[in-house]
Amino acid sequence: MNDLTPDRDERTAKLKGIGCARKRVEDARFTQGKGNYVDDLKLPGMLFGDFVRSPYAHARVTAIDTSAAMALDGVVAVLTAADLAPLGLHWMPTLAGDKQMVLADGKVLFQGQEVAFVVAHDRYVAADAVELVEVEYEELPVLTDPFKAMQSDVVLREDLTPGADGAHGPRRHPNHIFLWEAGDKAATEQVIASADVVAEEMIHYHRTHPCPLETCGCVASMDKVNGKLTVWGTFQAPHAVRTVASLISGIEEHNIRIISPDIGGGFGNKVGVYPGYVCSIVASIVTGAPVKWVEDRMENLMATAFARDYWMKGRISATRDGKITGLWCHVTADHGAFDACADPTKFPAGFFHICTGSYDIPVAYVGVDGVYTNKAPGGVAYRCSFRVTEAAYFIERMIEILAIELNMDAADLRRINFIRADQFPYPSALGWEYDSGDYHTAWDKALKAVDYAGLRAEQATRLAAFKRGETRKLIGIGLTHFTEIVGAGPVKNCDILGLGMFDSCEIRIHPTGSAIARLGTISQGQGHATTFAQILASEIGIPADKITIEEGDTDTAPYGLGTYGSRSTPVAGAATAMAGRKIRAKAQMIAAYLLEVHDDDVEFDIDRFAVKGAPERFKTMAEIAFAAYHQAIPGIEPGLEAVSYYDPPNMTYPFGAYICVMEIDVDTGETQIRQFYALDDCGTRINPMVIEGQVHGGLTEAYAIAMGQEIAYDEMGNMKTATLMDFFLPTAWETPHYTTDWTETPSPHHPIGAKGVGESPNVGGVPAFSNAVHDALRPFGLRHTHMPHDHWRIWKAAHELGLHG
Amino acid sequence: MTQKMQITLTVNGTRHELLAEPRELLIHVLRERLNLTGPHIGCETSHCGACTVTMGGRSVKSCTVFAAQADGAEITTIEGLGTPDALHPLQEAFREHHGLQCGFCTPGMITRAAQLLKENPDPTEAEVRFGMAGNLCRCTGYQNIVKAVLAAAATINSAKEAAE
Repeated sequence: MNDLTPDRDERTAKLKGIGCARKRVEDARFTQGKGNYVDDLKLPGMLFGDFVRSPYAHARVTAIDTSAAMALDGVVAVLTAADLAPLGLHWMPTLAGDKQMVLADGKVLFQGQEVAFVVAHDRYVAADAVELVEVEYEELPVLTDPFKAMQSDVVLREDLTPGADGAHGPRRHPNHIFLWEAGDKAATEQVIASADVVAEEMIHYHRTHPCPLETCGCVASMDKVNGKLTVWGTFQAPHAVRTVASLISGIEEHNIRIISPDIGGGFGNKVGVYPGYVCSIVASIVTGAPVKWVEDRMENLMATAFARDYWMKGRISATRDGKITGLWCHVTADHGAFDACADPTKFPAGFFHICTGSYDIPVAYVGVDGVYTNKAPGGVAYRCSFRVTEAAYFIERMIEILAIELNMDAADLRRINFIRADQFPYPSALGWEYDSGDYHTAWDKALKAVDYAGLRAEQATRLAAFKRGETRKLIGIGLTHFTEIVGAGPVKNCDILGLGMFDSCEIRIHPTGSAIARLGTISQGQGHATTFAQILASEIGIPADKITIEEGDTDTAPYGLGTYGSRSTPVAGAATAMAGRKIRAKAQMIAAYLLEVHDDDVEFDIDRFAVKGAPERFKTMAEIAFAAYHQAIPGIEPGLEAVSYYDPPNMTYPFGAYICVMEIDVDTGETQIRQFYALDDCGTRINPMVIEGQVHGGLTEAYAIAMGQEIAYDEMGNMKTATLMDFFLPTAWETPHYTTDWTETPSPHHPIGAKGVGESPNVGGVPAFSNAVHDALRPFGLRHTHMPHDHWRIWKAAHELGLHG
Repeated sequence: MTQKMQITLTVNGTRHELLAEPRELLIHVLRERLNLTGPHIGCETSHCGACTVTMGGRSVKSCTVFAAQADGAEITTIEGLGTPDALHPLQEAFREHHGLQCGFCTPGMITRAAQLLKENPDPTEAEVRFGMAGNLCRCTGYQNIVKAVLAAAATINSAKEAAE
């Protein structure tokens, strides 16, 4: 007979499982300056690499003279494309089926492109030597406009065979990469041609950059004695990096160990493989010494991982009373010099075809043309799941413009077009199956929370005062209801370089009832060590405080595709729950043996297995773990371990309702966010504190993108925004205050019903901020003005509307 | 190579005599020679504040201070605030209020906050936001950082009152 105190609530609380606002286990080292980021790593004899980069956006490289650099004391090597060519490493494959120069091979195609790699004993000497490398360039005409690139006689990619298909089908111009289509073009065009009302607009989601506070970098160390290559680096997908490194270097995969240490933010920037990684590895092989390369901020903004740059031409049709009948979209996508977009292989425009959003649209068409220009390659999913933020911005702007055409309130227009709760699982016109949602409930809760009617009345009062000349400030109310698609993804249609996008978890229970779990993902600040332990705590009844979570070392962690696209919780979180259930299944057999009953006569109860109908007869998980290692149990192997590779049956579809109230000074263009309300539905909530933190962070990145952050080029292809002086990262001073809220609609196919949340606030936030700007100026005839909405652009929009007298 | 200079730095209470190139940055001396890798490099242009340390009673961005300029100075880095057994109230408060995610800005953020609270022990929310505006964070949106700084201020102040 066992003691039944403490009670069930107390036992549940002790686990700190799903639903607990558990404090983070990562924080002890970070708050004490004991994090372990790649630039903190110091190995004996370590050398430093630094790049010579192109000052031109398009030029032939006619000569490279490295002799003066090589003569400098402390310089060990200077690598050029000529040195890499015999190894076949002067070019490398991209994630998008294209190839990219590692070092300039005869020409350069964007400003900041890698031309030579200097290796020296110290980072100061390396920087000195970079200045001593003499490169002769012959300038070529520059193309920075994707529309002009599609008309130009200037061929950017002379390495590609004219007329030959690309990785995604026919190329109809030398600067064309692909045309990708979804939906029914003919039917959509027919519906729109005969519609009561059609709204049409060109919407640009400008080029920007994830800009994590830690830039990209690595330390490559070739151990020639053991033939083993170890690379520590800022990798969001360490296992994929290992496979790619093996394929392109010829080093057997078991001889490569990739380690992602602590990562100082990723946001998509650290998904790709960059020339710096390849050059560091080659330099380590050549010199036999470890080689560190860490880019500086200017290199980061100029050369690695831009995001967005979609020109989206849209048409949306509706009946006179506001029922949407069709959606048509054509995107001109500026991919820069090489197609290095980080998308699942079969989706060269990512999941952009989620652009029917939260609405029941019977027919739709999307076509995306990818185009080469003289800009940096990248096209990463900056805190979004593969072009979902572009899609959400597009539909949420089109809805607002349609509301203008219909002379309707945009909240009402959304409401009458939402997919109803009883329509899930919902097949969208562009081919997705939305798993679950309850949009009307979320929307009504949001409108009530902000007193939407009251806000509209206040706005009208302010507008009247403005017209009477009593104020120069207008109020804008920015609405958004977004639907995301995350958790890539089902192996049947999602892969990266042929690697299926499953993920994994391996659990070992220790004899004294604590545990370690390793996953194929890697945290970059999301708090996996805290939250994945919570999933396990609820699944296996061992307190989260007794579970270590480890990620990022390919020699110890099971294979997985990494962390991006909000996939960790939907995929690796599911693997964690499934592996936990395998542990539980074995624990049940052990418990039944110990309690001398049949397996079916015991049931799991929070932290133990108890005999059905006799709760006082139980074995705790700690007792079961001990028995697994200390007792011969007939028919059961010793030990208590499990591994799960989880192939998700579908994506998950988090959603949310955001409302932004903004004041705009029409004379200065200055804005002030008076209120920002964010309701997120990410299914089952694992750690409310971490969710709220993710929402705050994502909204702030959205605020930056919508209100000023931009990667801009001049006509010569000079990058104008290469430092944090010009590239907007909001400070504590201007960042708004946020109010968070939630509804909870679990995913029906995820083992614990969780959907992922990290990217929702960025996806939903951008249109909310932008729509507030547009809403303020709507009474004066503004339909659409391009982001980012910095002071100058808002002032200009107000000026063009005649608001300056 | 320019002749090296002899400099003396007192970092977290320990005196170091070093030879430094005139162009050598304080952040590199701290990180690479003294192995104090708490302060980080985020931008090298004074914008992000990941490298913030306290020098002579003022917050400085150590990525744009020459080590030679710091000759003779008393410097405090994150490693000098609190110990694992006795954390600084700010270190406790950042954890308690989820004031960090990836942790990269955190050492600079806490070091700056410690100095801010010395200059202004009882700040308003607006004063915290303004006083911390030299330190960028890409993860948290600052709301919980501000909460943590205000909470730490209250803790420090009530400990002071109790002592008086």
